[in-house]
Formats: sequence, C-alpha cells, structure tokens
Amino acid sequence: MADNPTPHLDMPIEAAPPKKKKGMVRRAFLVGSALLVGGGVFGVYWSDSSARARAKTLTETGNDRNFLGWMKIAEDDTVTVYSPHIDFGQGSHTALGQMLADELDADWSKVRVEQAPADTAFANTPLGKGFLAEMSGAPGVINALPGALIAMIARSLPLQITGGSSAVRYTGQVGMRTVGAAVRLALIEEAADRLGVPTSELTTADSKVIHAKSGKALRYGELAAGAAERSLSSDPVLKTRDQFTLIGKPVPRLDIPAKVDGSAVYGIDLVLPEMRVATIAAAPVRGGKLLSVDEKPALAVTGLEKVIKLDDAVIVVAKRYWQAQKGLKALSPQFSDGGHGNVSSASIYSAQEALRKAGKPENEGGEGDVDAAFGVAGAKTLTAEYRVPFLHHAMMEPFALTGHYAQGKLTLWGGLQDPLSTRARAAKAAGIAMDDVVFNPMIMGGGFGRRFPDMTEIIDQVALLAKQVPYPVKLIWSREEEVRHGTYRPQSSAQLKATLGQDGRISAWRTDYVQSGDAEGETSFIYAIPATSRRHFSYQSNQMDGPWRSVNSTQIGFCNESFIDELAHSAGEDPYQFRRKHLPAGSRHLKVLDTVAQRAGWGSPLPEGVGRGIAIVESFGTIVAEVIEASVREDGSPKVLKAWAVVDCGTTVNPLNAEAQIAGGLIMGLSSAIGEAITLDKGAVVQSNFNDYNILKLADAPPMIDVHFLESGAKIGGIGEPGVPPASPALANALFAATGKRIRTLPILTQAKA
Amino acid sequence: MAIEFKVNGRDVSVEADADTPLLWALREDLQLTGTKFGCGIAACGACSVHVDGQITRSCSVPISEIAGRSVTTIEGLKGSDGALHTVQRAWIEAQVPQCGYCQSGQIMAAVALIEATGSPSDAQIDEAMTNICRCGTYPRIRKAILAATGQAAAALQGDA
Ligand code: FES
Ligand code: FES
Repeated sequence: MADNPTPHLDMPIEAAPPKKKKGMVRRAFLVGSALLVGGGVFGVYWSDSSARARAKTLTETGNDRNFLGWMKIAEDDTVTVYSPHIDFGQGSHTALGQMLADELDADWSKVRVEQAPADTAFANTPLGKGFLAEMSGAPGVINALPGALIAMIARSLPLQITGGSSAVRYTGQVGMRTVGAAVRLALIEEAADRLGVPTSELTTADSKVIHAKSGKALRYGELAAGAAERSLSSDPVLKTRDQFTLIGKPVPRLDIPAKVDGSAVYGIDLVLPEMRVATIAAAPVRGGKLLSVDEKPALAVTGLEKVIKLDDAVIVVAKRYWQAQKGLKALSPQFSDGGHGNVSSASIYSAQEALRKAGKPENEGGEGDVDAAFGVAGAKTLTAEYRVPFLHHAMMEPFALTGHYAQGKLTLWGGLQDPLSTRARAAKAAGIAMDDVVFNPMIMGGGFGRRFPDMTEIIDQVALLAKQVPYPVKLIWSREEEVRHGTYRPQSSAQLKATLGQDGRISAWRTDYVQSGDAEGETSFIYAIPATSRRHFSYQSNQMDGPWRSVNSTQIGFCNESFIDELAHSAGEDPYQFRRKHLPAGSRHLKVLDTVAQRAGWGSPLPEGVGRGIAIVESFGTIVAEVIEASVREDGSPKVLKAWAVVDCGTTVNPLNAEAQIAGGLIMGLSSAIGEAITLDKGAVVQSNFNDYNILKLADAPPMIDVHFLESGAKIGGIGEPGVPPASPALANALFAATGKRIRTLPILTQAKA
Repeated sequence: MAIEFKVNGRDVSVEADADTPLLWALREDLQLTGTKFGCGIAACGACSVHVDGQITRSCSVPISEIAGRSVTTIEGLKGSDGALHTVQRAWIEAQVPQCGYCQSGQIMAAVALIEATGSPSDAQIDEAMTNICRCGTYPRIRKAILAATGQAAAALQGDA
C-alpha cells in the first residue's frame, strides 16, 4: 500500500497540529493541492446548515443541544455522541466516544454513544475521504470534492462503511477529536462571556468550565444552549499524548452490561404489535429461480398465514417462527439451477488452474525483472501451489430484518452495516423514494463483512414481503439459509515461485493468484526483494464473493507467509532469522517481528512433537506478527497450545478492547485454517449448519494468548481485522516444524482426513 | 394447547403447539429475548437455559417436555434485589462480550458448570464450555470463570 500523503490522515495522534492563523488552518485538513476550492471537509460540513438543522430536529428534545450532528449536550450534562459507524461487537462506539470525550474534557460517566440516525444529516464524510484517499491513491482529487459528494461516493463502494477497520482510523481521528475540541472551545467562550473573564483564565475538566481565580465553575449542561449558538472552530488545537485522559486508557466498554443480563435488543429480538414472522427458502443453487411451488401443504400448518413467491425464493408468513419453519418444511418448491448445475469446488480449482496456465492476467503489479532473475544460472528456484476454500462469516445472529409498509412508506428495523445504503436498496426494491424509507439500526450479533447492504438480499426480500402484508413482519433466515446463501470469502488458489540467490537471499518472487476480486495493494508485500511480480487472474464462480474479516489478507497472508517459510527451510535457515534479513533495518516490521520472537522465546527448546511457527502480515495499516505453538493429535487434527501476537497499530485507543479484537481475530484465523470450508456440489453449498461448518470451540482455542502492542505513534491502523491473517500461516508453519509436513491447502482437517 | 411451567420463578402458561421448541416459547410467547437463536439443532449453545438446574439447549426441547418444570433464563440470573449474579459480574470485570450474541448462553453454561463443580479445573472448563463464540472471546470466558470461582491467580495467566 502506497504511503498516504494526505495530511489529515497522517495527523499523528500524539501531536497537535501547530496553531495557525484561521485561513491557513483549514488547509491542515486539506492537501496542499491546487485543485482545492474553498473549505475542506470540516469547512463544508460545518457550513451545511440544512444538514445541521435536520440533525437538530432528529435528536434534540427539551433543552438538549446538538452540535453539528456529531454530539449533543443535555441540561443534566449528559453527552451523547452520535457514531456514524455500526458497532457489531468490535467496540468502536466506546473508542469513538473516548476520542470525542477526551478532547471535550467530558465526565466519562455521563457520556453515551448512540448510533447516528440513518439520515444524510449524519453522513460519514471523514470516513469517505479517508477511505477514498487510501484506496485510490489520489488524495488531491479526493480533497477537491465537496464532502457530501464524497460521502455519496463512499457509499457506492462495496465494502467501505464500517469496514476496513475504519471507524477509529478515520471517523475518530479526523472527526470525533476535532468536534470534541471545537465544542470545548465554544463552551469556554460561552463561560467567559457569562463570568466576564478572559478565556485564557478558564480551564475544563469533568464536564465543567472552571475559573480557578474565583473558584467559580459552570457545568456544560448550563452552557450548552449558549455554546450551540456560537460558530465552531474548524481548527481547534488537539491534545498531545501526555494530555490524554481517556484515549489510550482501558475504559470498560459501554455496551457490555446489557450484553450480560440479556437486556440488549438485537435485530432478531424486535417485537412490534401485530407483528408476523416469516422465513425463507431461496434457490439452493445461487443464480437459480423459483419454478413452481404448491402452497397448500404450508397453509395447512397452524398459524401459517401466507406463502409469498419471489423470483428466486419462497417466503412463508406465520404468527410464530416455529410455525413458519413448519410451513416452509411442508413445501416442495422447485428451483432451476441457473445453468450452474455442474459447478463444484473441484471444478472451480481446475478452472482456476487452467486460467492461470493460460497466462493472461487481469492485472499485474510489482517491481524489477522477475523473469530475468528466474533465469539466472545456478539460482535455486522453488514453486508451490496453495488453495483456500470459500469461508462463511457465521455471524452468530442469523439475518433478521423487520419491515412495515403503510401509506406508501416502508419502515425497517435490523442490524446492517450501512444505514444509508440500506435505505437506498430498500427503496429501489420496493419501488418507492428513498425519503419514504426509514431505517432503524439495531445491535448486531456479529458481522465480519456479511452485513453490507450491497450484498444483503434480505433487504430486497423484506421490501417485497412487507408490501404484501398489512402488518409489521420480521423475516428470519434459518441458520441453514445463512450457511447456504453467504457472500463467502472467495475460494482461491495461487502459484508462488521464488529464487534464492547465491547470497542466500530471495532474488525474485512471483505470486500468481486466481480469485474473483483483485487483491493488488491490499496486503502490503513487506519484504525487501529486488524483483517481485503479483499477477491477478480473475475467476468468478456462481457464488457471490464478499469481504470476510480482513478481506483478501487472509488468503494472501497465508500463501506469502507459508511460502517464505518454505524458502527459509530450503535455504537451511531459521524461519524467523530468514524473515529478519529480508526486512529493512530499523523498520516497524522488524521491531514487531523481533518483539514477538522474544516474547515467545523463539529458539528455546520445545517438548517432543511440538512445533513453533511464525508469521507477519500488514493489513489495514496495522502490522501484526504471531507465533503459534502446536502439535498434532493421534487423529491428525492440530492442537494449538499457545499463541503470541505483537501489534503495531500506531496507537491503541482502548487497550482492553484492542487486545480482545486481536485475540478474537487470531482465534477466527485459527478456526478457518483448522476446520472451516464451504464446498459446492452441483452448484449448491454442501454445508448446512454448525454440525458440518466447523467453528473452533473453547477447548481447541489456545488457553493463553499473549497480545502486546507497540505504541509506535505511527498513523493509526485498524484492530478489528489485522489479527486474523497471520494466524493460519503461523499455525501451518508450526505444524511443519512439528511434523515436516507442509500444508498448502486449507482447511487442515480435510487434509488430515484425506 | 396450553402448557404450564415455571420461568424464573414465575408460573407461566403458553398456548402453542406441543412440538414448539422451548426457545421459541421463551422468545416469542414470553418475550424473554435474552435467550438467543443460533442454529436450531443443539450445535451452538446460544439458546442455553437451565431446566430444573440442568444446562439445556432450548432450541431442541419441545415445550411438551417442559410442562411442570422450572426454567431459568439469563433474565432470571439476577438476585431478587436486582444484583447481578457473580458470574455476570465476572463477565463485566473481564470485559468478555464482543458482539455479545452468544454470551447469554455462555453465561448460563458457566453458571451450570460452577454449580456442578464448585471451582472447575481447566479440563472441566474445556469439557463443559462447548458453546460457539464467533467473536473468539474464549480466553476471556475462561478467565472470567476462573475469576468467578476464586481462582484469580490462574485467571491472570490467560492474558487476553
Ligand atoms: S440455537 Fe440452540 S444450540 Fe444453537
Ligand atoms: S461475543 Fe460475538 S459470538 Fe460471542
């Protein structure tokens, strides 16, 4: 990934931008770009008075005062922070609240974080900018666009909103901190006028403006109404690291108490008066259509009210879920296979191999002359092929979305990743205007990349269903439906080829990979190698491939970090030392690698049959190295004994939560490597539920995971995703160390049985 | 048909087909939605409750088998004064939940384990805690169980 020159993204968290005169400061948020015309992201956003007015009407009650659609202060000092991101368990709401409240000097016990209403007044402009700049590498152009347009463009990208570990990196760093600091200044100005003292004599703490000289203090709640009338600075001085009171502190997550007593209400839990429950069976082969269905057997089931035919699915509506399930099971719908009846996992791998051998890549990247290096006489060349299957997200809460259509308006309730796109998609499906769709976001039981509206057919299904029934209706996908109609991590394969020069270093490396989407630039190739080549061959099966926690970094990380292990062994070197010598001296990568090796006691003797593996992957701006100790049981299954992770994400906003995200990601990576696979037969998914889609359980997870953060102060990286990719290669490398058997096809369990 | 049983100490009567799983009677008829649906085939544990003190996957027990018995759900774990159960407190202390969807079931399983064993060993935790957590909160689940049973020193070893 090219380093990003956009100043607002690079703004290091510990360093406040130098105080400048007004006119200059705006530019701190912009690029020093000639394309720039007038205000920057905040300039535009600040001045959008219609959006601000709308944000106020949507959230202000009584004497509450909303600031810019980002936060609200109530008379009793309660501060409500509106997060434009959905929190599906990654803790971003708490982290975003910490960032705003720290700059505001708010009393944390009175801070709430709420989901911003699904309204354009709460559009997530900083995120749009951040992502577009990083993805496109053209920040100059991006920054010349009006904020609202950027928000719209961001929303049309398939995987950006609350994705790519973006919440804290962009919204928090760019948005939350600046808003908190600006509102704090307005509160100080208001207090100065009221007390008749200069602002320089005032300080803030615990949601109060304090005048030490006179011993007077005014509460934020008292000042809010006046402060809200003032114009806000777009360039407030941000705190330095030593001034933080909340950022970097292990603050308990705000959402946790409701998640231990059963009171948290998820999308699937919604109950409305007169509500009906529906469930669905879609064509088993993706791309197939509903040919016919005899409704009668279902209608004979108690409580069953209606059978609805969609183009590619049949839905039954009942008073209760169980009745709907019974009704659905009574049906024998006939579906076509859409011409995909010959597709199987094996046929996909063969097609991918043929495509690769045909040698016409869709896209190429790299540097140097790989072919010349491969041709050098006496050079030692290694080639290996790797394969990874489709993976299911398996969010624990199956899809559930409630819709109510009345008087030309559709209201929706549920957990989806991007509220605005949800409205747009529902409007399109229902054939109504977006303004006639209201979406109420709810808590989500996991997501991992599955809940992007672009890939979420349940929105269309509910839009169509709701129009056919006069009451609210909740559509619940059974787990079977969920497993069989996923937007999977793509099944992909790759051939890796590399040459070792006389000096024992890698002189050239080529990765030819075949999958649906291009992964160029998604996983940084971190090693210093004179000639590299990455060639993408595009293959699309009948499945809908989607982003799966850490997106392409899982499969690319697995291939790269396994193959470099192969090269190390081939060179007769220790895999840690071999990686070391290909990493630039003084680099963050080297520090991460050295730290994990040291913490894991790399090189110390291990018990008989136990192997140690190492891997390092950079993704979403964060560098993670992991070490796994593992052995093999008698039945051939791997037993993971211990795990270490060392992380450089620049700065951790909430270490307690960051640790949980990395450990959870590591476990998800191990789970996928050991047992997970979606396979196809006759075009349809073979697996159906958790009995045949194997997710790692507690007994198989490492009882101890040592997670350590290096606070490098570099640009903030993500923490939700980067823990995943190093886990599978570290495990495969550990198993190689234990057994001498190289794993090149995942999952490991299928290989063990084969 | 009306089926009578006790939930969280309260007498209830549910009008539903005899084959309705207890899970759906709890969620839809009694509106106790803290008990979650994850798989419907007794494979994930999200729906775990106690039936006469025994850990039970409620998605796979028809209510006809529950008649006359006593069910405890996550909503019934708090004391009569509203105070959280020791295990719930340990869960907050260890900051276990991520998405939280599996956690009602995890907590019910942990309470049953602790009631049966007093202070469970690591091996007993491995054996009893078979509920799926997709967010990967397992190390903290283990830590919370050890902490809740006064094995704090052991709990400290698991760092994550
Ligand atoms: S829902 Fe009962 S075990 Fe999964
Ligand atoms: S906390 Fe999300 S599934 Fe366990």
